[in-house]
Formats: sequence, structure tokens, C-alpha cells
Amino acid sequence: MQKSNLNLKVLWLLVVILVLLILFPAFLPRFYTYILAVIFVTALLAMSLNMVVGHGGLFQFHHGVFYGVGAYAFALMLTKTGLPMWLCFILSPLVAAAVGFLIGWFCVRLTSLYFGMLQISLGSLIWAIAFRWYDLTHGDDGIHGVPIPDWASSTSGAYYFILFFLVLCLIAMYIIHRSPFGMTLQAIRDNPARCSAVGINVRRHQIMAIVIATFFAGVAGVLFVVLEKSVFPDLLFWVLSLEIFIMCLLGGWFTFAGPIVGAAITVALRTFVGIYTEYWTLILGVLLILLIFFLPEGAMGFFVQKFEKSRDKEAALAREQHAES
Amino acid sequence: MLKVENVYKSFDKFLAVSGAELTVEKGELVAVIGPNGAGKTTLFNLITGMLKPDRGRVVFNGEDISKLPPHDICRKGIARSFQIANVFHRLTVFKNVQVAVLSQQRKSSNLFRPAHRMAVEETNRILSSVGLLDKTDRLAGSLSHGDHRILEIAIALGNEPQMLILDEPTAGMSPDETSATMGLIQRLAETHGLTILFCEHDMDVVFNTAQSIMVMHYGKTIIQGKPEDVKNNMEVQEAYLGGADA
Repeated sequence: MQKSNLNLKVLWLLVVILVLLILFPAFLPRFYTYILAVIFVTALLAMSLNMVVGHGGLFQFHHGVFYGVGAYAFALMLTKTGLPMWLCFILSPLVAAAVGFLIGWFCVRLTSLYFGMLQISLGSLIWAIAFRWYDLTHGDDGIHGVPIPDWASSTSGAYYFILFFLVLCLIAMYIIHRSPFGMTLQAIRDNPARCSAVGINVRRHQIMAIVIATFFAGVAGVLFVVLEKSVFPDLLFWVLSLEIFIMCLLGGWFTFAGPIVGAAITVALRTFVGIYTEYWTLILGVLLILLIFFLPEGAMGFFVQKFEKSRDKEAALAREQHAES
Repeated sequence: MLKVENVYKSFDKFLAVSGAELTVEKGELVAVIGPNGAGKTTLFNLITGMLKPDRGRVVFNGEDISKLPPHDICRKGIARSFQIANVFHRLTVFKNVQVAVLSQQRKSSNLFRPAHRMAVEETNRILSSVGLLDKTDRLAGSLSHGDHRILEIAIALGNEPQMLILDEPTAGMSPDETSATMGLIQRLAETHGLTILFCEHDMDVVFNTAQSIMVMHYGKTIIQGKPEDVKNNMEVQEAYLGGADA
């Protein structure tokens, strides 16, 4: 009873946030609409990473690659082939997932740090291809002026387009998070040996998680192109991978929506502190140190804990009253 | 039901198990005893596929399972608990068992249905049979040591095994907890028709509950037989029981 009340409250809160987000572009200056759209794309990317890092316990160190592959696949398909946009939109995340499967297939044979190191190596290989294959990717110059249909190319058009797919992806991720697959994945994170002892094929499960996560990273890549109409090799560079890793840490590994908070903090810092100094990462670093000391569960994790504590207190109080009467 | 035939396993030239022999008949309660480092845990790891034997065979229901991965062996009907409490710390007690039940029902890869409505009845039945029903919503990491060990067994039951392998189920328990746990294990064996293989340090517990006892020493099987026979065996007394007394 209490729980369903609670869920209703959360649902209302989400609806209010969504309505606000839909109304924002009408009031906000174009620049802020654009920043919000950047946050959406980054948030989706961080969420997809957290599926495997926070919930899957895998050392997915080079997740940016799949974002870049999605973005490049979309840009290349739109510029080099005559395929309609919706088809490119569906195919590009699938390309990212296919690359995710290939790299994941090798990586799950190793554990922890070795997994991460191998992924960085294989991922850097893909970065090198994008960087060196000038004829196809224009190397360091990247591809600019990707033709996006008019209705999605204005800032507010892109904003709504991205918001729509963000919400869609988040719902899908939430369903997966609560499914037996998602629960089993968390069990694997806690204890892979125990999982195989209860009959779970751990490697197959992990590969599946990587494929799903890289698919969503691919979607984020496509949305990036819709917003920016360009791609460049930095999308595949390990620095970006590290950045989204930090976002998950900032927001809280073990919560569902934490990475969104982490992405918002990081993008906001980069945008607003970046105006004053190019050393904005310094502030990010200090923030990270403070966080590890004071909020080891992340920003979102902190609030969830507070929330649960107060709820437990209420429940205890209710029990006491019940016992007295 | 289970037959371990002349199994060897070494780690970096150290022979952990060398020539282990074990026979477990259906419905039996079998104990493996031996001093620390005798190779009991290694033997269990070899049976459940966590390790692959260098030599020898493990036969379960007439089938050689020594080369199968752990999850396939579990599917054949062997579930186990671990010596060091090995649960899913960040999941609730309920989910700990539910993971195993869902795996048994082959639903672990289902992506679309909400898990919290699945396998609820089966999971609750297992939790009530081991007496953890009042702690279902606690995080497994917050349980007491004794409850951890019980949860271990509950997770193993989630697989509806034919055979249960328990690695020191009462390690670190008080005498009261120990007798309660052994009582639980005997009750489970009867009600579920389980075959149970366990290892244990407490000799009273072993000789009171086991129908057959296998003694290991330096990785080798010295004898397997009825409790009386094992007690009267000279070699065992020298290697183990007598040594403890003297």
C-alpha cells in the first residue's frame, strides 16, 4: 500500500519533469536548449555505460568507441548512401551493437582489469581506423554538414527529437533493469562464481549485456549527429570514455538514474566553468575527490539512501503505533 | 549416483588432490572429512566444474561430467554452497534465492517482464523451508554469519537439485546454530528427497548425521565406509582421529 503510493509519487514527479522539459524550449534561450540537448545525449551514453559497469560489474573502459561507431555509421550512411534517414537511424545502433559483440566476445574471456585493458586496446584500434582512413572518414577533420531533415535540424527540432528517443530508451532500459536478465546481471556483478554455480552462463549473459549497452550507446551516437550534424575522431577517443565513466561514478553506480545526474553535472561544469578557464577538469577532479570521501555511493545514491532511511523510520514508527494500539 | 574415479589435480606442481575416490548413492548423506588442506574443497570444486581434473573422471548419473562448465553441471542437478559465505551482497535475501529459481526455470535471459512478479511462490516456499521468510527484504550483505550460511543453502535449493554439495555448512557457527543447521539439512534431505554431500570439521556432527564417510589425507582417499568402519580403521586413526586426540 505504502509502496504503491510511493511509486505514484515518483510517477507524478517524472510527469512534471517531462512536461517542464517539453515546455523549456519555448522560454529558454536557444543556447540553453542546446545545452539541455547535449545533456540528454550524454546522459543516454552514461546510462548505457552504467548498464554494464554499475549493474554488470564489467570494466567497460572504452565505452566511447561504441558511441563513436554509432555516430560514424549514421553520418557515413547519410552522406555516402542513399538510404532513407529512418533506416540509417535503425541500422547505426545495430552496427554499434555488432562492434560491441565482436569486442565483447574477446573481452569477457578475461576478468576485471584485463578485460578493461583489452577493451582499451581494441577500442583504440577502431579510433585509429577512423583517424587514419582519410578517404572514408576524412581523418582528423571529421565529417561535417551531415544532411539531417529540416524538421529535426533546428535546435528545438533536434531537442524534441532527442528528448523523444531519450525517454523511449530510458523506458526500455528500465524494463530491462527490472527484468530477470537485469537482476541476474546484478547477481553476476556481486558474485560471478556463485552465478555459474546456480546454472547461469556468465559469459553469455555478459556478452548480451554488452551488446544491449553498446546498442544504446549507438543510439546516443546517432542523436549526437542529429544535434551537431558532424562527427570527428574525438568521439572514439579514450578521454571521452573516461569522462562518461566519471559521470557514472558522480551520479552513483548502483542507482538506475544516477548517471543522468552525473552527466548533467559534468556537462554543466564543462559549459559554464569552461567559459572562465580551460582547466575546468581541475574542478571536476576536486569534486570527484570530495565525492569519493563523502558520498561514496554517488550523488543519486546519497539521496536514495536518505530517502530509504526516512522511509524505514516511517515504517518503524507505523509498526510501533500498530503495536501500541 | 555420483562417482569420483581416481581424480588428480595439481596447482603449480603442488598436488592438491591425488587419487580421490568417492561414491555417493541416491538418498545418502555423505560426509568428507580430513585435516585442513586435505583437498576437500578442491574435490568439491572438481565435482562442480569450478576446476577441471588433470586426470580421472567424475561420473554423475552415468555421465562423465568432468569436462563440463559449472553452469552445465548445475543443470544436470548438482547444486552447491560455498565454504566462504558466497552470496549476492547487494541484492535482497529474496532476490538471492530468486536468481537461482529463475535460472532453474530458464528465465534468466528474459528482458521484458518485471522480475519482481516472477517465481515469487517458489522463492517464498524455499525461504520458509529454511526459516528466512522474515528477512526477505534485508540486503544479503547485512545478514548475520549464521543466516549467511543458511541463505547459501537456500540459494542452492533454488535450483531444485537432485544432489546438494555443502562445503562446511556450519563453519564458524555456535554449537546451537550448528545443531540447528544440521537438523535443517537432515530435514531437507528427507522432505526434498535430496542426496547430500558435505564436508565438516566437527567430528560429532559427522558421525551423528552421515550415513557414509570418506576420509581424505594429503589429497588421497584413505577410506570410504560406514561411520563404524571408519572409526575402527587403523590408518584413519593414525592419520587423523588419533592425531587429534594425542
